[in-house]
Amino acid sequence: MFNYLKLIICPFLTFSLSTVFFTDAPENWQLGFQDPATPIMEGIINLHHDLMYFICVIFIFVSWMLSRTLWHFEKTQNIVPSTLTHGTLIEIIWTITPACILLVIAIPSFSLLYAMDEIISPAITIKTLGHQWYWSYEYSDYLNEEGESIIYDSYMIPEEDLISGQLRLLEVDNRMIVPVNTHIRIIVSAADVLHSWAIPSLGIKCDAIPGRLNQTSMFVKREGVYYGQCSEICGINHGFMPIVVEAVKLPNYITWISNKLSE
Amino acid sequence: MSEVTIQVRTAPRDRRFPTQNQTNHCWARYIEFHACAKAKGEDDPECEKFKRWYMSLCPAEWVEKWDTLKEEGRFPGPE
Repeated sequence: MFNYLKLIICPFLTFSLSTVFFTDAPENWQLGFQDPATPIMEGIINLHHDLMYFICVIFIFVSWMLSRTLWHFEKTQNIVPSTLTHGTLIEIIWTITPACILLVIAIPSFSLLYAMDEIISPAITIKTLGHQWYWSYEYSDYLNEEGESIIYDSYMIPEEDLISGQLRLLEVDNRMIVPVNTHIRIIVSAADVLHSWAIPSLGIKCDAIPGRLNQTSMFVKREGVYYGQCSEICGINHGFMPIVVEAVKLPNYITWISNKLSE
Repeated sequence: MSEVTIQVRTAPRDRRFPTQNQTNHCWARYIEFHACAKAKGEDDPECEKFKRWYMSLCPAEWVEKWDTLKEEGRFPGPE
């Protein structure tokens, strides 16, 4: 019997330990985060988990106080009503305690906030422009012999053109290609109305505002295909302008750039 | 198909523009390039650097618009 079980379990264990699957796109009825691919997203998830600790403790404490009060001061059990209207000590305690909790929470929160704003001398700048209703990407660090840079549009693939395995309302014709383990500056703007360039796995959500260049940074730690969507209501096709970022190794990125420049 | 040499480099971080809003960064680099070009000529290596930087930061549409305004003598910044 044991040998039989071993035969079934061992290959499964070997497979599950040797292969890691990341979710970089949303799943049906998903409640949690997508898997992080940048240090910022790891920070966001850690902060969320830290805050959940405080939330659970406060929820249990408040529920216990509330149910105890309802139980003990119910009119059949407590015929003579209390005439107590205020108590200085208790009021000081319930003001100071939440203030202290907020101060403790503020420390990791601010450090993450400032880490997100920090631009560490970038190696690449990529511009992303929101249009009604598609994204366009500009790689202007490199010019071809005619002095032209790489500019292309990224449209959603309609449902009828999807091939097996592609994600509905998330797949695009031209992905944004970025190298892994490289500091990238992203400049986000819009050509017509407000949009927002957001990718959960990369921990990025940056508003695209006409006439303004918003800067954010990206440091992708692993190769993969990351999916996001426009996150600022921008008109009738707001839900049909997804974002796809493909992270590749630096030499592959350089090859891709060379090919694009020679096109 | 000719071989293109790719150098991974971009406009550096500028302490004058430490915030998320980089609109003025792009504008300043564009102005700096034209000031440099006026003094030293467009092909000067020092000016070429500014050109690379504003190209990296500014959307192509903005640059085209400003170039057109310059040609028409209607550019709102310093000439």
